[in-house]
Amino acid sequence: MSSAPDSLAATAAPSRWTGDAMRSRVRKRYVAERRFRALGFAAVALSGLFLAFLLITMASRGLGGFTQHEAALPVDFARSDLMIDPAALRGPQARETLAAVDLESALSQAATAAFGAEAGEMFGGAAVRALGEKLIADPGLLERRDTLWLPVASAIDVAAKHDGAEAAERMVEQLQARGAIRRSFNAGFLSASDATDPSAVGVWGALKGSFLTILVTMMLAFPVGVLAAVYLEEFAPRNRWTDAIEVSINNLAAVPSIIFGLLGLAVFLNVMHLPRSAPLVGGLTLALMTMPVIVIAGRNAIKSVPPSIRDAALGIGASKMQVVFHHVLPLALPGILTGTIIGMARALGETAPLLMIGMRAFIAAPPTGFTEPATVLPVQIFLWSDEVDRAFVEKTSAAIIVLLVFMLLMNGLAIYLRNRFERRW
Amino acid sequence: MKEKMPLTSTTPVPSPSAAIAADAQRRGPSTVDEAALPGGHRADEREPVGGSLGAAPAPVAVAPPVPSPGESPEAAPGRAPKMRAKSVSVFYGDNQALKDVSIDIHEDRVTAFIGPSGCGKSTFLRTLNRMNDTIAGARVTGNIELDGQDINSSAMDVVQLRARVGMVFQKPNPFPKSIYENVAYGPRIHGLSSSKAELDQIVEKSLKRAGLWDEVKDRLQDSGTALSGGQQQRLCIARAIAVDPEVILMDEPASALDPIATAKIEELIHELRGRYAIVIVTHNMQQAARVSQRTAFFHLGEMVEYGKTSEIFTNPRERRTQDYITGRYG
Amino acid sequence: MTLALALAGVLAVAALAAWLGYTRARGMRREGRLHSLPAYHALYAAIWTAAPALLFLAIWAPVQGGLVEQAVLATPEGRALPEFAMQREAILLEAREIARGEREAGFNPESTGLAPRFAEAEGRFGAIGGGIALLIALAGALAALRRSAPEFRARSGVERWVMALLVAASLIAILTTLGILLSLMFESLRFFSMVPPGDFLFGTQWSPQMAMRADQAGSSGAFGSVPLFWGTIFIGAIIAMIVAIPLGLMSAIYLTQYAHARVRAWMKPLLEILAGVPTVVYGYFAALTVAPAVRDFGIGIGISSASSESALAAGLVMGIMIIPFVSSMADDSIAAVPQAMRDGSLAMGATKSETIRKVVLPAALPGVVGGVLLAVSRAIGETMIVVMAAGLAANLTANPFESVTTVTTQIVQLLTGDQEFDSPKTLAAFALGLALFLITLVLNLIALSFVRRYREQYE
Repeated sequence: MSSAPDSLAATAAPSRWTGDAMRSRVRKRYVAERRFRALGFAAVALSGLFLAFLLITMASRGLGGFTQHEAALPVDFARSDLMIDPAALRGPQARETLAAVDLESALSQAATAAFGAEAGEMFGGAAVRALGEKLIADPGLLERRDTLWLPVASAIDVAAKHDGAEAAERMVEQLQARGAIRRSFNAGFLSASDATDPSAVGVWGALKGSFLTILVTMMLAFPVGVLAAVYLEEFAPRNRWTDAIEVSINNLAAVPSIIFGLLGLAVFLNVMHLPRSAPLVGGLTLALMTMPVIVIAGRNAIKSVPPSIRDAALGIGASKMQVVFHHVLPLALPGILTGTIIGMARALGETAPLLMIGMRAFIAAPPTGFTEPATVLPVQIFLWSDEVDRAFVEKTSAAIIVLLVFMLLMNGLAIYLRNRFERRW
Repeated sequence: MKEKMPLTSTTPVPSPSAAIAADAQRRGPSTVDEAALPGGHRADEREPVGGSLGAAPAPVAVAPPVPSPGESPEAAPGRAPKMRAKSVSVFYGDNQALKDVSIDIHEDRVTAFIGPSGCGKSTFLRTLNRMNDTIAGARVTGNIELDGQDINSSAMDVVQLRARVGMVFQKPNPFPKSIYENVAYGPRIHGLSSSKAELDQIVEKSLKRAGLWDEVKDRLQDSGTALSGGQQQRLCIARAIAVDPEVILMDEPASALDPIATAKIEELIHELRGRYAIVIVTHNMQQAARVSQRTAFFHLGEMVEYGKTSEIFTNPRERRTQDYITGRYG
Repeated sequence: MTLALALAGVLAVAALAAWLGYTRARGMRREGRLHSLPAYHALYAAIWTAAPALLFLAIWAPVQGGLVEQAVLATPEGRALPEFAMQREAILLEAREIARGEREAGFNPESTGLAPRFAEAEGRFGAIGGGIALLIALAGALAALRRSAPEFRARSGVERWVMALLVAASLIAILTTLGILLSLMFESLRFFSMVPPGDFLFGTQWSPQMAMRADQAGSSGAFGSVPLFWGTIFIGAIIAMIVAIPLGLMSAIYLTQYAHARVRAWMKPLLEILAGVPTVVYGYFAALTVAPAVRDFGIGIGISSASSESALAAGLVMGIMIIPFVSSMADDSIAAVPQAMRDGSLAMGATKSETIRKVVLPAALPGVVGGVLLAVSRAIGETMIVVMAAGLAANLTANPFESVTTVTTQIVQLLTGDQEFDSPKTLAAFALGLALFLITLVLNLIALSFVRRYREQYE
């Protein structure tokens, strides 16, 4: 073997590796290796923990929003001041009849009668609505005495769930002593719209607004995105114009979403005078934002279809257009759909651009069309988060849970589609 | 299994000088002549075919132990092999890529592995420095020793192993750093030098030994990837040399190079043979014949035959070796 | 007739033309071989009927609005309208709605009188527009049907229209970019005519109070945007990156180099989920949980000015949101480094961490840097987290526990509430938007060029 003068290092080869200095160096290197690996794992774990912490916080604060407390209220409508004709309640004008009557005072009276003077504020908007539903369902209530379970006002609800004002706490104790309070599922949360009383709010109005907006977005962004992707990938010559288009699209995909809001404000509202706060305008704005994402996803999907398929179709005598629409596009469709769903999921969660075009009004009833004022779920969350009333905290968190569930469903659908239908060539 | 032909007991022993002359005729000058090395390959050399080389003395009834096909033909006590593999098998998942390979690698000589594509020669090469560890699902069974130490045992530090058993790859893979940094990388991480001056010395020596110094001494800070293919490969060799290995494994080192660069690499191998045990995998039989003293023929995951290069190429024992060499299959 | 009626009419004519074309083509097929399938003949006829007419209607509809208004203003009632623009607009709007039957009566008495004029003008112009559209449709149908013959290349004609559609779809992307640029620039120029650009770009006072009416004694607004840009950079480019870069990079390294394939298979999507959570959720989380904790911590370590709308809270949460952006770009870059390079280092006896630190990462660096730049661009443009968790106080401070405001927060702030499109307050939002757009554009271009150059290196 090489003798000492020939070797490159100071000491002879075999003993070099067994010497103390070398051994301690190697040991240090292994320690560094373990530390590095641990750091990497810690980074992933920490990120996962953040996510878990976020979700758990939201869930724990929000789950309460899906439940509400109800109190048992003995009512005797026959003896009350209410003047309602039972026959009217059975007819088509039932809701109008109810709206003309002051159910709130009636409830307040009944509550004071049952639980004392402090109970005047015990019931709020949710109870009024619930009472109305019960009356329509069973107009016979007007003629007899009964005990109804009605949702309590938010102050009492908060006191029962966490801590509240003194008076409310006292009320809760009293009710509990009498066994007149219980906790139940708040179906109203999913069917009602925005309201001033936190106990009566629901996400349905915002959900419907979101659906309508996303529908508009999809109907605009999907065809335009797919057609643009087809053109750029299959037909476009390589010249300055198509390069400019490509650069445009890649940049648009990375532009902050609030800029699209400004664009919507300047063009759709101020120049085209479209109705403010309507799903139509929101959808248009989001469509401009989502279209580049679909184009990029579409291009990747089309690119992954192998040229052999195109050659085969051309060989039979299909025209270029037929090759694309009969062969390439169907094969690229799973990838395009996946990208579209992911883009839609992002659009569903967008808030800033819709704030710009005015979808931040107080919408107390679900929108009936594309040009009616509406709001979307993320904006609803934003508006509720600004409210001072403590009861809104759990409602906001509950709405966040609903939003996250939808995001999860959509992303899950996209992943399912991708795994099931996407082919690896 | 393979038929084991008796190796040495009946063959006449030629005179050493004749053997040297024959070698020299066939192969051209080399820096260190085999027969001149201590420990002798004089005993029990098989008679080179193709020439009567002087009067052979009467056959000596030597009774050496019958060696297995992988052991060196000389069983006489001499130098212990630098690396010894016994019954090595490699599995990728359930797929067995290498079956029961046993071979000795000696220092001061070049051992070539030949065989058709996919026959396991590169796989076996990678077991010698435990590079298969980096492949998920690879499993190595059997015994591999470096200087008598089992390299797969937990007592052997893989980091040191890979410094002692260096590797040069098929496609030159210099780091995207300067030429100096490429060569200095190994000594740096192993802490082999204690000062900048020492490091400079190591780099210069390695580049000189790799035959690259003259071409790059003025531009050591240039990027290693800016060199030509042949230069890059020599840079990789210099890089491997810089940690002062004992064995250098070369996996088809010249297959990606043009003929001129290839010739330079082969020349380099000749020069390096004196200091390091070299194992070279090649699919080019002529290269194996030019460069090596021992050749092992692999086929379908088995090592079919191992012997002196001259024997393998002119008078192989196994039918399969014969078929491969004569080009019946590739 | 209304335009809706005209639309229906055009479509009916198109359907008729399609049917005619189809039957004709079928008839011709019995006599010999056709170049194109009958379906294409039908489509050809339909497209030539509908497309020009629809294009005309699309242009006519907005024009008609102007024409109608002009005509109404020319009538005696129209000329009697007050001069004040806002009032006049309101009356016209009400009259239009009454005429369309969308409302019963308006607040202004003039609108009831104006309504019949509106109805009449709309009827008149609607008839003109609709009539022209139908004529165009008929002309198109005739032209298309006349050409049908066995050797007529209907399919090519249809495909040419489809190609035009494709090109139009692609142009929408450029139109959008142009639209953004033009609208932002237009409004910004108006802003800069009221507030000098130097003040805007270099001023350090931001208090955008403007007199609402000409006679109000209001404060003159200061529109120095430096505190805003500082807040944006502080939260998005500094604090968020301090969180996101180490976590994102080390996660990518661990997932690509150390983790088992099975572990990576679910850990990578987990990180992607972080990117999928809507920013309003992050904002609420930041405001509800993180900000109070940060404030308590700040007060606990003796910083009395710790606010509950601290830059630190917003920056932390934003950093968490950005982790997947850094991690996924780093992941791609590291994976693109050829295995041969890694093998070369490992074969020399380097440990995995040494290989990563000294060979792989330096090789992957351009891609990683590109990813970081993209992440910064994303963080700078983020709105909801800062709106909900950071404050409105334009503060030029380096204390992370204090409250700062950002460009995006101010855009939202300026455009909510009363919006008069001529006040510098509203227009300032557009100027901020333009600045934001340009900055993110430059960052994206640099990042993409980095990534592209890096990819070319390894392919």
